[in-house]
Amino acid sequence: MATNSQTIAMRQAAATHKQRAVWERRLWKGMILTILIVGAFIMSLPFVWLVSSSFKLEEKIFVFPPEWIPNPFRPQNYVDALLYKPFGLYFFNTMRIVTLNLVAILLSASFCGYGFARIRFPGRDFWFALVLATLMIPYFVLMVPQFIMFSRLGWVDTIYPLTIPFFFGGGAFNIFLFRQFFRSLPEELADAGRIDGCTEFGIYWRIMMPLCKPALATVAVFTFLAAWNDYIGPLLYLRSDYNFTVAIGLATFRGVMRTEWNLLMAASTAMILPVILLFFFAQRYFVDGLVLSGLKG
Amino acid sequence: MSATHWYDSISPRTLAGRRTLIGYIFISPFILGFLLWFLIPAGVALWLTVHDWNLISPPKYVGFKHLVTMVGDDRFWQSLKVTTTYTLVSVPLGLVLGFILALLLNTKVRGITVFRTIYYLPSIVPAVASAVLWAWIFNTEYGLANAALRALGLPKIAWLQDPQWALPALIIVALWGFGSGMVIYLAGLQGIPEVFYEAAEIDGAGRWAQLRHITIPLVSPVIFFNLIIGIIASFQVFTIARLVTNGGPQNATLVYVLYMYQNAFQNMKMGYAAALAWVLFVIVVVLTLFVFRYVGSRVHYEDAR
Repeated sequence: MATNSQTIAMRQAAATHKQRAVWERRLWKGMILTILIVGAFIMSLPFVWLVSSSFKLEEKIFVFPPEWIPNPFRPQNYVDALLYKPFGLYFFNTMRIVTLNLVAILLSASFCGYGFARIRFPGRDFWFALVLATLMIPYFVLMVPQFIMFSRLGWVDTIYPLTIPFFFGGGAFNIFLFRQFFRSLPEELADAGRIDGCTEFGIYWRIMMPLCKPALATVAVFTFLAAWNDYIGPLLYLRSDYNFTVAIGLATFRGVMRTEWNLLMAASTAMILPVILLFFFAQRYFVDGLVLSGLKG
Repeated sequence: MSATHWYDSISPRTLAGRRTLIGYIFISPFILGFLLWFLIPAGVALWLTVHDWNLISPPKYVGFKHLVTMVGDDRFWQSLKVTTTYTLVSVPLGLVLGFILALLLNTKVRGITVFRTIYYLPSIVPAVASAVLWAWIFNTEYGLANAALRALGLPKIAWLQDPQWALPALIIVALWGFGSGMVIYLAGLQGIPEVFYEAAEIDGAGRWAQLRHITIPLVSPVIFFNLIIGIIASFQVFTIARLVTNGGPQNATLVYVLYMYQNAFQNMKMGYAAALAWVLFVIVVVLTLFVFRYVGSRVHYEDAR
C-alpha cells in the first residue's frame, strides 16, 4: 500500500516535470516564431512598398500616410517606364555581357582550377597563394590604372573591358571554387582515363567536366548575378546610350525622373524580378556557392 | 606504351618535367591574367602616384606631391572618417544580426524555409535597384521610413538631407542585405554534430552555456570569415552612396571610393586618384593583417594541425 502510493507520487512528479519541459519548449518555439515573424515583416516591407508604389497613379504616390493597395491599380506604369528608355535594348546588351562572361568564366576558371587541384608540379602552391592573394585585393585599388590601360587600348565604350579580362582565369573566387570541387573527385577516375590513353586535357574535358555540373551551375549563378548587378564597370566603360546595360539604364532613368516614383519603382521591380526568379529556380546553387566559399579550404 | 601527343617534341623527356609543363599550361590563363590585369596595372598605379595627369595633356612628374596634398586635404580625411564610421557600425551589426537570425532559423519550426527566403532575398537585390528603392523609402514627405515613424508616433526625419541622418540611412540599406552572411552561418551551424548538444544536455548545460561553449567556438571560423569579407566589402561601398546621396549632404556620406571616383573621373586627377587607391590598399591590408593577428588567434579550428 505504502509503496504503491509512493510510486504514484513519483509518477505524478515525473509527469509534471515532463509537462513543464514540454511547455518550456513550446514557449521557446513561440518566442522564436514571434521574433522571426516580426523580423520577416520588417525585411519584406521594402519589397511590398516597391511593388505597391509601382502600380500607383502618380497622384497617389504623394498621399501621406501611404495607401498600401493601389487604387486605381495601374499596370500601365510598367509599359510607360520600360518604353521611356529603351530597356529592351539594355536587356539585350546586358544579356550579351552575361553570356560572354559565362563562357569565359566557366571555361577559364575550370581549366585553371583543374590544374591547381589535380596536377602536382613545382611552383603550384606559390601560384595558388597568388590566387588567394588577388581574392583579397579590392577592385577599386586597380580601377584607375585599369581604366587608363583600357582607354589606351581604345576599349572605352565597348564591352571589351567588361568581358575580355574574364577569359584570363575568370576571377580568383571562381578558380578557388572549381579547385575545391575538383579536389573532391576520386583520382581513380583520372587513372582509368590515363590507362585508356586519355591526355590530361582529355581527362579534364571528358571525364571531370561532366562530373562538376553542380560547380558549373553555382559559378554560372554567381556570374549572372555579378554581371546583371554590376554598376561601376558599365558606369566607367559604357558611354553611348545604345551600349547601356539595365543597371546603367535604371541609374540614368533615375536621373531623368526626379519625382515619378511610380515609374521608377516599376523599372526597379523589372530589374529585380529576373534575380528573384533565378533564385527560385536555382536556390540550391546560391547556398552552395556561399558555403563553398566560406567553409572549406 | 603510352600514346604520343603533340607536346612530345617540346616537352622534357622525364615524366616529372612533362607534368610540370602540363600543369603550367592549365594555370596559364591565370598567370597571364595576373600579369595583364594585376601586375601591369599595379605598376601603372605606382607610376601614376608620382605624376600629374588628366589623360589629355602630357603627364608631369611631381614626386610625392600627392601624398603631401592628401595630408592637408579635408575631403580626404572626411572620406576616411565616413568610411571608418560606416565600417565600424555596419560590419559588427551585420555580423550580430546575421548570427542571431541564423541561430533562430536553425530551429525546427514549420515554414522555416519561407523565413530563410525572406531574410536572404534582399541581399541579392541589384545595388542600383536597391538604391532607387531606398531613395524613395527615405523620401522626407511621402516615404515609407517616415510613414513608419509616424505610425510609432515619432517625428519626421529628413533622412537624406540631414547630415546627421544620411550616413545612418546608408547603414540601414547595408543592413537590409545581411542575409548573405546569415546563410554562411546557417551552413556552419548545420555542420555541428547533434551529439555535442546531447552530451551537453546530459551534463546539465543550459541553452546559454551550450551557445557559449559549443556553438560559438565551432562557428568561429565562419564568424571570422564573415568579418574579413565584411571589412573588405564595406571599405569599397560605392553604388549606394553614389546613387542615393552622391556623397552629400555636406559630405556626410562621402565614402572613400566615391571620393576616389570623383577625383579620377570628374576632376580627371588620375595621379591623385591612384595615390588614394594605394592608401586604400595599405589600409585594407593593414586592417586584414590586424584582424588575422588579434581575432584569428581566437578562432577555434576543429582539425588543429
